Amino acid sequence: MLRYFKPVIFLACLAPLARLVWLGFHSRLGANPIEVITHSTGDWTLIFLLVTLAITPLRKMTRQYWLINYRRMVGLYAFFYGCLHLTTYVWLDKFFDVHEMLHDIAKRKFITAGMTAFALMIPLALTSTKWSIRKLGKRWQALHRLIYFSAAAGVIHYIWLVKADLRKPLEYAAVLGSLMSYRVVAWLVTRKQIRLRQRGLSDVGVPEDNKAATLSS
Amino acid sequence: MLIKKAPDIRSSEITPKSLYLNRRKFLAEAAMASAAIAIGAGLREMIVPSTTVLAGNKIDGIKKSQFSTTETTTPQKDVTHYNNYYEFSTEKDEPAELATKFRTRPWKVKIDGLVDKKLELSVDEIIKMASPEERIYRHRCVEGWSIVVPWIGFSLSELIKRVNPTSKAKYVEFTTLLDMTQMPGQRRNVLEWPYVEGLRMDEAMNPLALLCFGMYGEELPNQDGAPLRIVLPWKYGFKSAKAIVRIRFTEKEPVNSWKLSAPREYGFYANVNPNVDHPRWSQARERRLGEFFKRPTLMFNGYGDQVASLYNGMDLRKEF
Repeated sequence: MLRYFKPVIFLACLAPLARLVWLGFHSRLGANPIEVITHSTGDWTLIFLLVTLAITPLRKMTRQYWLINYRRMVGLYAFFYGCLHLTTYVWLDKFFDVHEMLHDIAKRKFITAGMTAFALMIPLALTSTKWSIRKLGKRWQALHRLIYFSAAAGVIHYIWLVKADLRKPLEYAAVLGSLMSYRVVAWLVTRKQIRLRQRGLSDVGVPEDNKAATLSS
Repeated sequence: MLIKKAPDIRSSEITPKSLYLNRRKFLAEAAMASAAIAIGAGLREMIVPSTTVLAGNKIDGIKKSQFSTTETTTPQKDVTHYNNYYEFSTEKDEPAELATKFRTRPWKVKIDGLVDKKLELSVDEIIKMASPEERIYRHRCVEGWSIVVPWIGFSLSELIKRVNPTSKAKYVEFTTLLDMTQMPGQRRNVLEWPYVEGLRMDEAMNPLALLCFGMYGEELPNQDGAPLRIVLPWKYGFKSAKAIVRIRFTEKEPVNSWKLSAPREYGFYANVNPNVDHPRWSQARERRLGEFFKRPTLMFNGYGDQVASLYNGMDLRKEF
């Protein structure tokens, strides 16, 4: 059963796209299909980014260390849906008008944020191979922390886009916030442990001295 | 020596060894099962669509209007299932469903402020004031999409003339019903409720300004603003208040809901203007529902001949 799990998850991650295609072919995307496609691919980009970020906390808290085997796939799906989302903008919204797109990126805050989020995903997707991980060593992990900024830019992109109802973007912000808080707390705890251990080593010396003093008296 | 008895663990509470040894597999299978359920639910929603029956009473004796465009009208299903009606929901496909039980009779409209005599009229008294006309108008949303709708109603001026505003009246304000038991969107403070819109008197008296109670030959569907709304084709859609319960004449400029919510982004006038961008997006082009390519947005939504003179000498960048 476990053997088939990865392909199942792989296919399940394609379901949001399959759904759009299916609805599209059955004229069920509503009055403004392009808007539905744009919003849906944007939503799924954010969801996959957040799921990617959830894997580390989840595997540590539940001790299900095998979850790490799915992180790359989920992360690449975030990039995949991000590409689709960007394509709807470039093609269906701007019709490849480069001049207008550059104008948008410079002038419209929400486009700037969205483009930033996407641009930050590119190096992560490119260095997702085993070869890159080996080649980059420790720097790989540092590089892949860019996902924090990509997800943050993605959420800001959404917040700046909506007219009045901030509920949905703030839900994403709350999830991202808790995933990041976990990391901050984990980092603080680790730092404290290291400090304690360092102090612990010198602490060991004190009772030893005391013991010696007691013995000699 | 006191030896404590070990706490009781019922044998049923002890995890079977096989399950313990296979706990990862168990979790994986549990995750897979949940995924399958989620996908199943998604498929069901795709296959069994939630549909809303359109039930509208025909309106008799509708006259044609010289103000109608000859452009192709947007399918009725789109106009009734793509609604920005935050009193019900901020999702455009939801008002159709959520407004099905909205009560539009009995319906009173209070007419007050700077008028000779304050009135409370039933919506049917108002509808009988003049004969219904069909006005096929372009309708442009501030979000960048547009539709063409065969509205039914008569010029707002017909009502204004009959209620005698005093000479002090410079503006007219429209208020939408406040009733969160019927309008679930009002339970959330997305905007300040009730929804308020307004017009300058000369704008309100312009023959294009329509007091509307029907569309596509029938009474207005609830999700499109029944029983009474206004339609102002040269302005962004949010100016066209729905489900009106109060019409008040004032000396001071009314504060409309969207301007109150984001004064930098939405003004009092909100005239369709391709040269003045929304601070966050361009207004140069629009997507007509049903069309693949975007089309250029027209000044005053193409109604410049009728309304441009209202704004002579005004800086439309400042008075947006």
